[in-house]
Amino acid sequence: MNVLHFVNAFFGDGSHWHGYDGIPARLAEHLRYSLIALALAAAIGLPVGLLTGHYGRGGNTLALIATAGRALPSFGLLVLMFILLGFGLVPVMIPLVVLAVPPILVTTYEAVRSVDPAPVDAARGMGMAESRVLFRVELPVALPLILSGLRSAAIQIVSTATIAAYVSLGGLGRYIVDGLYQRDYEKVVGGATLVAVLALATLALFWAVARWAVSPGVRRSG
Amino acid sequence: MNRFFDLPSDLQHSWFGLIGLHLREALLPVLAGLLAALPIAQLCVRFRWLYPPVLGLTTVLYAIPSLAFFVVLIDYTGQTELTVMIPLAVYSLVVLVPAIVDGVRSVPQETLAAATAMGLGPVRRYLQVQLPIAVPAIIAGLRVATVSSISLVSVGMLIGNQGALGNLLNDANIYHRPELAVNSVLTTAVLAILADGALVLLRLLLTPWMPRRTGRPARVAEAARPDTATPADAAVPALEDAAR
Repeated sequence: MNVLHFVNAFFGDGSHWHGYDGIPARLAEHLRYSLIALALAAAIGLPVGLLTGHYGRGGNTLALIATAGRALPSFGLLVLMFILLGFGLVPVMIPLVVLAVPPILVTTYEAVRSVDPAPVDAARGMGMAESRVLFRVELPVALPLILSGLRSAAIQIVSTATIAAYVSLGGLGRYIVDGLYQRDYEKVVGGATLVAVLALATLALFWAVARWAVSPGVRRSG
Repeated sequence: MNRFFDLPSDLQHSWFGLIGLHLREALLPVLAGLLAALPIAQLCVRFRWLYPPVLGLTTVLYAIPSLAFFVVLIDYTGQTELTVMIPLAVYSLVVLVPAIVDGVRSVPQETLAAATAMGLGPVRRYLQVQLPIAVPAIIAGLRVATVSSISLVSVGMLIGNQGALGNLLNDANIYHRPELAVNSVLTTAVLAILADGALVLLRLLLTPWMPRRTGRPARVAEAARPDTATPADAAVPALEDAAR
């Protein structure tokens, strides 16, 4: 009996492929939670990171936020919110967003701040407005790092959304948590495989986006 | 709040007992990760072609969610502490290897040449020159590994109450005692912050030659170094990954 045997059995069972507890339904749920959380976190983290990085202010505050964000235990926060706020999407979204904002915010700040000042000065000398300096010069150069911040946030969301099955959220974590309670190890391992594959797919997606979005000049000099 | 430290007896530990258990489950893996990372990083520095594949592998391993990692190991190590500690050791290893490689590589060529000219052999050069200069980068990696390890131990609750302070969360849930969950979150966060502070202190003690400014010395230096954009690019997200 090894893990591969269980994986085979799980994916070979036709009943795992349809219904509300089927793989497509659970995968769609997981993707939906992850995308909402990532969109919310990016909507908060990106603008603040771009602005603070552009003006080079607030680094100490951001460092504090980053440390606090890292120190907060994601699982504990999840269960606490669940106990305090009850069932629903909101108590799960709060910890997911709270945990995803710091990596996006801090990496964006660091990325924009560490852009080579020479082209930025040149852009100002050419008479570009501040907003154009930010979006036409700093953003393209900082893009690889910004994307890597988004990537860590996305991967973190995918794995934390898995744990959220404990507080009665749907998604792929259901298989793991339910399987553990039902002593159905086949289900547990099948769920773990799906979650790992989803995390790796996220990694691959960001790699592809970086290939496509980062300008060739920046890629070469990097 | 007077029931804050009144822990249910099914935990079989006092509050301090849980803290001790939590620290052991979190810190032993970091130590194991460090011991394994040092030789691997040295190999990557010695054989340059080895680093890109190792970096790719570490990125992939770090992406695997902790719960998935735990449950797959149950088949081999059962619902025990070891099942929690093995993934944490792997995560630590994965954070530390890029940190150490970048740190060791950042040693200036002149310094190495001077060490060789003074008659230091490769082993002494590594132990007395390269490692001390790499200390800030190694500590930066250790800080991330330690803090995320302390936070991740709680997830071990899901695999048969192996989560130390995380076990409080389950009790908070089944006994409807939110203060236990608050206790768990606050204690874990404070432990993480204290461990982080201890590592900063350790860096100050180990690098008396560095200017005493607080903040994030290693990371800023890393992001600002233009010549190593690719390793920094890969190392920063690893360092940025907060606890999952």
